[in-house]
Amino acid sequence: MMIAESVRFALTGVMANKMRSILTTLGILIGIASVIILLAVGAGTSNAIKAQIGKLGTNVLTVSRQTTAGGRAAGGGQTVTGPRSRGTNLTLQDMASLTDPVMAPDVAATAPVVTAQNVTGTYKDATHAVATFVGTTPSYFGISNDTLAAGSYFSEGDASNGTAVAVIGNTVAQDLVGNSVASAVGQTIALNGQNFVVSGILAQKGSSGLNDPDDIVVIPYSAAQDKFTGYSPSLASISVQAKSADVMNQAQNEVQMILDARHNVTSANRDYQVRNQAQILTTATTTTATLTILLGAVAGISLLVGGIGVMNIMLVTVTERTREIGIRKAIGASRGSIVSQFLIESLIISLIGGVLGIAAGYIGSAFPVLGTQPEVQWWTVWLSFLVSAAIGLIFGIYPANKAAKLRPIDALRYE
Amino acid sequence: MNDAVIQLDSVSKIYGKGEAEVRALDSVSISIDRGDFVAIIGASGSGKSTMMNIIGCLDGATQGTYHLDGIDTGTLDEFQLAQIRNRKIGFVFQNFNLIPRTRAVDNVSMPLAYAKVHRKERRERALEVLDSVGLAERADHKPSQLSGGQQQRVAIARALVTNPVLLLADEPTGALDTKSSHEILDLFESLHANGRTIVMITHEADVAARANRVVRFQDGHIIEDHRVRGVHGHPLATAVPL
Repeated sequence: MMIAESVRFALTGVMANKMRSILTTLGILIGIASVIILLAVGAGTSNAIKAQIGKLGTNVLTVSRQTTAGGRAAGGGQTVTGPRSRGTNLTLQDMASLTDPVMAPDVAATAPVVTAQNVTGTYKDATHAVATFVGTTPSYFGISNDTLAAGSYFSEGDASNGTAVAVIGNTVAQDLVGNSVASAVGQTIALNGQNFVVSGILAQKGSSGLNDPDDIVVIPYSAAQDKFTGYSPSLASISVQAKSADVMNQAQNEVQMILDARHNVTSANRDYQVRNQAQILTTATTTTATLTILLGAVAGISLLVGGIGVMNIMLVTVTERTREIGIRKAIGASRGSIVSQFLIESLIISLIGGVLGIAAGYIGSAFPVLGTQPEVQWWTVWLSFLVSAAIGLIFGIYPANKAAKLRPIDALRYE
Repeated sequence: MNDAVIQLDSVSKIYGKGEAEVRALDSVSISIDRGDFVAIIGASGSGKSTMMNIIGCLDGATQGTYHLDGIDTGTLDEFQLAQIRNRKIGFVFQNFNLIPRTRAVDNVSMPLAYAKVHRKERRERALEVLDSVGLAERADHKPSQLSGGQQQRVAIARALVTNPVLLLADEPTGALDTKSSHEILDLFESLHANGRTIVMITHEADVAARANRVVRFQDGHIIEDHRVRGVHGHPLATAVPL
């Protein structure tokens, strides 16, 4: 039996019951499309998070105050009070000590961070609730991978003198002065009622879902301390830039050695913590990988359901065409030719479903989901194609064999 | 040289076991010559359908041997039996058994597809045979667009397309009106006149009367076997009434 002939017979079979074939194909189509789209959403989210973390600076360590009393052993009734009573502040002196080229050769730059919550900016009639409010020194911009869209940063002098100037992000500028964001430079805006002159606008980083890195106001740290947090020697955190991504861990060790000595603590009772961007990136990657696997599993189940649909329809087809099988056998069809006819029929249904599903997957992935642009992974396309072929074979083999095993006299007698 | 197309030696077909044992055929021996036109008759349950299944290689014998065109069919596997059905036997059924939704020409050429004949040659041969049964102009009709007599003629064309040694017909006129029945039987006679070996199973005496030799079955045995005409249709010196 020539393969071309089996294909021709199978096509006749598929065409004989168009509606049924279309619906079965649809099951595979939906399965394949959802695999492609959901894996694309997973990949898109993962890449967006990576990109966002990258924009925040990949070589950055954040040293922050430990605000919770740690180290309480479960079941031990003993209260650890010691470390909290000692100096728990992060100070400018702490920061200065981290730029020691001998003790900390892998640290490239540092910047203090003073923050305040619920800061609202106003300009004329417009108001804007600022998401991220930072008081710092100009080195902060380099560490955070910031660039200017217009105007200039403030100077070191401004930072220590507490000059009332601000560098604002694109979102803030847009909300306050409208679309021509550059016109905000030189304007005086009010932050919680205090006047600040806008010295520069940061270039847009672009939102990628959960938070907006452009919704930011950066002012000199001393101004933040004077006007928002009340004067206190403590910083919210210190941003430390390592010389490269490869020396992040060395830089972290050096920072911890210096601060442990200065605060007179050990790794067991540290009153500060160091967050490593590389670790955050790893955590984020793991999280999104889990998410992607979950999405893929859900899609895989729908594909399985589609496959069972193919098998179901093939079984119906075999029963319905029992007599035809008997006739074919009587006029000389071998087992092999009957198997190939029905196997090719299920392959045709699932491969058409697969190809259309790939197309639907591409179309569906063109639209952003929750602010994230899905990215179709080329391997999922190949995988889907192979899986749909495999479905056709696996779910077609049983019905095809059932057909081939029919005895011609029984099949001919079937009504 | 034995010129028998069909040679059955003590063939039995037994269904069930022990108490429930049914001998559908009980030690039947018969030889059918090349070019003969034989009618197998008998009441329902007489064993004639089992006979047809065994002669047609659709079912195997429980005991005994069956030679078709000199080949011992008992030694063949399923694949070889499929080939035998394809090359040596042309089937004509009571209900025509054409493949639905498939054009007459494709129905006729189907056995050639299983014989791995090239597509173009298949079509030419199928059209030729359809022409010989008088249906050349209906080649592109589907079975549902044809009358019963026409469908049966398509089925006969399908049976003849591989040029088999045996045309095996199971109640070929059972589903047809009188006029169509006569046309089909006339067609059988002309095929026989051209040297075709035909075995026809029927329960109607007037249909059987068209054959040269009538074999009557009852309870799995041959109870009567007489020759009306010579193998090639020549009248016998002394005609034996049915």
